[in-house]
Amino acid sequence: MEKDTNESAAWTKRENESPIPKHERRASEKDIRESIAWAKINQDVLKSMETPRKLYWVILFFAFAAFSVGVGCEVYQYQNGMGVSNKNNPHAWGLYISTFIFWIGMSHSGTLLSAILHLMHADWRKPIFRFAEALTTFSLMTAGLFVMVHLGRLWQFYYSVPYPDERGLWPNFQSPLLWDAMAIFTYLSSSILFLYIGMIPDLAICRDHLHEGWRKNLYTWLSLGWEGTDRQWRNFRVTYLTIACFLIPLAVSVHSIVAADFAMSQQPGWHVTSFPAYFVAGALYSGCSAIITLFIILRYVFKFEEYMTLPILKKTVRLTFAIAMIWTYLNAVEFASVWYSHDQASKDVLIQKVIGPFAPFWWGMIFCGSVVPLTLAFKRFQTNIPVLFVVSLLLNLGMWLERWMIVAPTFSHGYYPWTWDHDQWPGFVQWGMVFASFGWFTMLFMGFCKVFPSVSMYEVKEMVYHRKLHLKKSETAEQGAH
Amino acid sequence: MSQRHLLALFNNFEDAEAAIYELRAADIKGFKFDDLTLKSPIEHHEVESVLGQRSANVQWFSLGGSLVGGLLGFFLISGSQANFYAQMKGGKPIVPFPPNFVLTFEMCVLGGVFITILGFLICAGLPAKRSPLYNAKVSEDQIGVLVKADESAMPKIKGVFLNHDVLEIQEEVSK
Repeated sequence: MEKDTNESAAWTKRENESPIPKHERRASEKDIRESIAWAKINQDVLKSMETPRKLYWVILFFAFAAFSVGVGCEVYQYQNGMGVSNKNNPHAWGLYISTFIFWIGMSHSGTLLSAILHLMHADWRKPIFRFAEALTTFSLMTAGLFVMVHLGRLWQFYYSVPYPDERGLWPNFQSPLLWDAMAIFTYLSSSILFLYIGMIPDLAICRDHLHEGWRKNLYTWLSLGWEGTDRQWRNFRVTYLTIACFLIPLAVSVHSIVAADFAMSQQPGWHVTSFPAYFVAGALYSGCSAIITLFIILRYVFKFEEYMTLPILKKTVRLTFAIAMIWTYLNAVEFASVWYSHDQASKDVLIQKVIGPFAPFWWGMIFCGSVVPLTLAFKRFQTNIPVLFVVSLLLNLGMWLERWMIVAPTFSHGYYPWTWDHDQWPGFVQWGMVFASFGWFTMLFMGFCKVFPSVSMYEVKEMVYHRKLHLKKSETAEQGAH
Repeated sequence: MSQRHLLALFNNFEDAEAAIYELRAADIKGFKFDDLTLKSPIEHHEVESVLGQRSANVQWFSLGGSLVGGLLGFFLISGSQANFYAQMKGGKPIVPFPPNFVLTFEMCVLGGVFITILGFLICAGLPAKRSPLYNAKVSEDQIGVLVKADESAMPKIKGVFLNHDVLEIQEEVSK
């Protein structure tokens, strides 16, 4: 009891001696300032669509350059055949499928921030969920490209469409590959609709603030005549909530089905029960890391310091840390399941990963995915932007390596020794496509942020309004108590 | 009696709320309370206590859409599998339920989402033409109360709005 009193006195003394005034200390801990005027929110977000910092154009230029490399690689591969990518037997999937899974995983960020946190009434997500939804949509589009590139003969995509051929034969509906095509189509179309529906009130704001030009026409057309009537808001609320409820199991099913692509095939090391959970955790992990990276970039490029605040970043970082630890645990479960199984071939693949030719990449994955996130546990790093930027990039590198380490070692060391090939290294065409995918994604994402509001204006207004209301209530209660 | 529109703009929700309460209590001849529409830059949950319960039926579309999507998915898949009835299946079921469940689920979600959007458009009355009176301030920081009433009721309605710090009143020009 006496100890408690002493501690309390010491804390009060520290508080009083602090050079930062009390009200400012409180303000720095807030997710958003309650006194921001609604008109200012409109003004700031609309301004971001007109005059971003110069870095925006630099990023766009490099993204376009990277994408051009990919176009060149694809044309070369298309004209000369898949051999130029060095994707031969037994390495049938290579970097294309690894990167496809990486981008599918990245797409889970939007669902996490938008749908799950929306259902949990976590209002700190409001200034950042829009770009997370865009991240979902564009990463799915990027992932879809890899399926095409992997096919080589693009027109063979036809066989994954549920439509019978000229002999009345339908595709095999029991194949996980067909499930995958359907799941990704469902997820992509639902994500686009979710992003669009959530944006309608903001599109009306854009429409109201422009007087002429193609943008005015675009926003007028897309806002569907939204006027913010009570009837529109009422139905909007139910629709948004319902689609959020649909999206959560859908997102889980998408990555579980991607896991089924592996778990249902005849390859050593992939028959692990925890694979779907492991894949979903990895997806959420890479999505969260990407959110941190883009948070930092958008905050600077579009001057969103007042909306994408450090306390919000801190919450995102803590969420990422928690997911990183779940992923680490599931990773350990996967290794243990293989190690204590009676499948010698699977064990051999694991040994190949740990001490074989893939060891540098496997240990790189462990370092980036399980060791680097430990820095996020320290308070001093949770709002340190340069550190977080580097850490988030390393986490994503770790997540990309994870996908490659699932695919490549298994193919190089299969059930039959005469198929073993440990020296295969992906050709420059494959690396070029991987590099280009980041350019393609960045082009789409940055283009979106320039044309559409990347911070949800009406949701930020709601956040400010409710917090102001809460503050008012607590002040009234405080006065009543006195 | 010809009817006209009137839009009153308020600085905050409390003033608009007080004006609506007074309008409701005033029972003005030539004005029906259901012809009142609140326009705001954000969604106000409190609006239900002022305007009364007004239904949102989107969830029925969601239910119908997911059921139709799921059934359509299942019958499409099992219909195509039943084409192989004459072929040897090695003792395996012609229509295997566990693997078919995956695509049925995906179709259920797809149908649910698509029909929910359709339901939203129908229930919210979108796409809509611009209403006779609209002010861009409503999408920025002001609350608008749009009423449709007989011309004879307009002075009384305006009087109510003026009692509650209305910022601006816009009236539809008589035809």
